[in-house]
Amino acid sequence: MPIPCSTEACTSAATIKRSKDGSAVCATCFTRRFEEDVHETISATNLFKRGEKVAIGASGGKDSTVLAYVMKVLNARHDYGLELILLSIDEGIKGYRDDSLKSVERNKIEYELPLTILSYKDLYGWSMDEIVARIGKKNNCTFCGVFRRQALDRGAYKLGATKLVTGHNADDIAETVLMNLLRGDVARLQRCTNICTGDDGGSLPRAKPLKYTFEKDIVMYARVNKLEYFYTECIYAPNSYRNFARDYIKKLERVRPRAILDIIYSGESIAVRKEVALPVLGRCSRCGYISSQKLCKACLLIEGLNTNQLDLGIKRKVTTETKTGCGKDKTGSSCGCSNEDKVQSIDF
Amino acid sequence: MPTSLTLEFSGGSEFLVGNQKEHKVSLPIDQPTVSQLIQWIKKEILTDHNRDDLFVMDDSVRPGVLVLVNECDWELLERNETILKDGDVVTFISTLHGG
Ligand code: SF4
Ligand SMILES: [Zn+2]
Ligand SMILES: [Zn+2]
Repeated sequence: MPIPCSTEACTSAATIKRSKDGSAVCATCFTRRFEEDVHETISATNLFKRGEKVAIGASGGKDSTVLAYVMKVLNARHDYGLELILLSIDEGIKGYRDDSLKSVERNKIEYELPLTILSYKDLYGWSMDEIVARIGKKNNCTFCGVFRRQALDRGAYKLGATKLVTGHNADDIAETVLMNLLRGDVARLQRCTNICTGDDGGSLPRAKPLKYTFEKDIVMYARVNKLEYFYTECIYAPNSYRNFARDYIKKLERVRPRAILDIIYSGESIAVRKEVALPVLGRCSRCGYISSQKLCKACLLIEGLNTNQLDLGIKRKVTTETKTGCGKDKTGSSCGCSNEDKVQSIDF
Repeated sequence: MPTSLTLEFSGGSEFLVGNQKEHKVSLPIDQPTVSQLIQWIKKEILTDHNRDDLFVMDDSVRPGVLVLVNECDWELLERNETILKDGDVVTFISTLHGG
């Protein structure tokens, strides 16, 4: 017995249950509502200014593929007046990154957005393959995450972008909130729940337009709109599935999807209530990147590689966290690693 | 009477079934439920048994794997108890792979 689509004027049968509100909708209404939800988030938070150049951190994975597509649609439909560009990072991982970059190339052609690819090798003198050859498979994701974050900032800056958007979705953010709550890390709690960070003048502002969008809805959106994305695991990925926080979120979601948003909201309210003294940020004396130390994390790690002090910039105790904390990254990698927030939540 | 089904694996779940997206199968069960299908898949076509738990959990799919029956979200049907008929297309999409 088909269930009718819950949109009033629509006569089609429902084929999707939206995670966001549990409503039953047809594919056409699903697409429309998905896009308008993102638009609502964008307009309610005044995320963009007219005339802004916005770089989309594109990995070829589902989240950034959907983000790029939706940004393109909304920019045209609601006349945001944004200049959109794709920015990808090539970590230099054979058999993995080469494939995902092909998927980004396809986005470039299909969405008619200019694409820039920056490589670790060019930026830092080391590819991930070379780093793993040197340090083994233990802290590779720490290097990779720190490098990627800076690479995206540098790339966006170089392209004259005023903002960087990433594909972090509601599931990712709930997962990060949970991890930071468990660690009692209020400073990071704030950073991970903010829809936009870094707009205090220090570094390039980063925004997460899919912050309230469920992973299931993203995958369904990609399917009904025939968006192709890439999902091979990085060959150096740790055991990311068996990550406790991630598992917990997915199980919770099956029972009561709204719980995901509740976790995000509680993260937000804890974060704003507490007065948090964030470290004073200066500049890296070597590369000029924003940093609270004399040397930024990337320069410290490079220094370690070049001088063979392989624990430079890596605290021993965090090794296990780095391993399991590596879940998924929306910032230009589809590696199955959420470095952007995860690595942030590890202190060096 | 056995039931013929077309199974489609995507989003990375195909890596668990011999890297093959489409499987035409015949189940030795008359009108199987989705839950029975999942158990059958676990036994018959999951190739990487070290990673079974990326697909199956208890008597269902692992949370994070989406299921469609003839392009319809199983959450609008009876989920595990959905009854399958001859010729149905069942799609499994992993949201757990990649990002
Ligand atoms: S899993 Fe992700 S962060 Fe780790 S090495 Fe691979 S691409 Fe880099
Ligand atoms: Zn409809
Ligand atoms: Zn530096």
